[in-house]
Amino acid sequence: MINNRKHFSQSIAFGTFRFLSLMVAGILFAILGFIIYKGIGVINWEFLTTAPTDGMTAGGIWPAIVGTFYLMVGSALFAFPVGVMSGIYMNEYAPRGWVVRFIRVMTNNLSGIPSIVFGLFGMALFVNYLGFGDSILAGSLTLGLLCVPLVIRTTEEALKAIPDNLREGSRALGATKLQTIWHVILPMAMPNVITGLILAMGRVSGETAPILFTCAAYFLPKLPNSVFDQCMALPYHLYVISTSGTNMDAQLPLAYGTALVLIVIILFVNLLANALRKYFEKKVKTN
Amino acid sequence: MNKIETNNVNFWYGDFHALKDISLDIEEKSVVAFIGPSGCGKSTFLRLLNRMNDLIPNTRLTGDILIDGQDIYDKDIMVDELRKNVGMVFQRPNPFPKSIFENVAYGLRVNGVKDSDYIRHRVEESLKGAALWDEVKDKLKVSAYALSGGQQQRLCIARAMAVSPSVLLMDEPASALDPISTAKVEELIHELKKNYTIVIVTHNMQQAARISDKTAFFYLGTMVEFGETKRIFTNPDKIETQNYITGRFG
Repeated sequence: MINNRKHFSQSIAFGTFRFLSLMVAGILFAILGFIIYKGIGVINWEFLTTAPTDGMTAGGIWPAIVGTFYLMVGSALFAFPVGVMSGIYMNEYAPRGWVVRFIRVMTNNLSGIPSIVFGLFGMALFVNYLGFGDSILAGSLTLGLLCVPLVIRTTEEALKAIPDNLREGSRALGATKLQTIWHVILPMAMPNVITGLILAMGRVSGETAPILFTCAAYFLPKLPNSVFDQCMALPYHLYVISTSGTNMDAQLPLAYGTALVLIVIILFVNLLANALRKYFEKKVKTN
Repeated sequence: MNKIETNNVNFWYGDFHALKDISLDIEEKSVVAFIGPSGCGKSTFLRLLNRMNDLIPNTRLTGDILIDGQDIYDKDIMVDELRKNVGMVFQRPNPFPKSIFENVAYGLRVNGVKDSDYIRHRVEESLKGAALWDEVKDKLKVSAYALSGGQQQRLCIARAMAVSPSVLLMDEPASALDPISTAKVEELIHELKKNYTIVIVTHNMQQAARISDKTAFFYLGTMVEFGETKRIFTNPDKIETQNYITGRFG
């Protein structure tokens, strides 16, 4: 009898857990389904490859796709060296003590700063003080700052996962610390570092606030020519055509189409991260 | 001729006094075994001989350690050069995630050797020296992780030999291996004695008795007794040694 009651309460508990977990997955599917349902109608070759026309009420989103791509690459070029080198310093070089604790607390706080504040800071520093103007460069650096903490943390975790006896084995052969990191530790850590970086890029591609004052253009009829040009970007374009405009009825389907493209890009980036990690793991093992 | 001399070595991890007044001399081209229960300081002492303990923060050393008559803790000593001369094999095989060839070539490459003919020659010699050549000569490009545990350990010995050390330190090199692999490693140590001075830490007293010329018994951070292996195992001076080798504790 008691056994039965225990069994019963256990079923209730696990049933609840399972229901809640499935609900989370369900929400994701609901969002995806909704966006696909609303957006798929406008997706065609022309939508993907032409610029908006008629005051954003027709045409495509090509400049925004290109702009988002530039911003992802630009912020990666900044966040990768800074984040990886900081991560290496913190895990391999820095003496355990208040300096490392201080840097870690600061990077954690950095990742907690609202993205709109990053935008303001980027405007003050990159756009105005350094004189880059509203540009891809300023936007990339701002987005780079935003995701540096993530890259540092994934780098640190990737390095921590490598057993100390490999470090000792290398040092015992007369290798310096730098040689050990370069030839043994980094090649092993790279799969996880790259995965972290690409996931960070996925996050960057969806950010709106940091590029609001630093880079994003409301409408540009042509593609940017240099890093000092402004560019359009998918999340900002989505924001623009769903909040302001002359013909909401015509714009709304375009907004859903834009959202769909953005989600597909992020999904693709995540899949790419997975594929790259598998590729690197294989390579490290046989090399 | 003494290859290694140590005088009144004391060592601390933070406040913990891990080694107390250790003095012992090791002859060239001999095998010395360190035995004793876990935590007695034998591995710590071994790791002082190639300054591996430098990697651990917050430690302190007093006393002298000389190799070939030179104080290895002298300010002018290049630690990386020292570690080339004093090779180390660890408890668990720790090959790098590289090919068999690159594992052995690694020590040469990081020490600036570029001549690929010489590297190939040293790799082959070292693998032969570690009695592994016949098993791997057709798959040098294969990952080291494809080897068995015993083969990996012999690969690590070959890796240490490739940079031409004169001393080999072995920290329980067979404790993670099966009996057949262990026998192979012991046989190899016997062979290596001709060219190297070998210091080996072991938990296995039969192993110490089989392979070493001299044995040092460590207990609670002190060296209780040091002498000819035969005598230590048949007629020790100290009662603690006798208790340990007869299995009364440890």
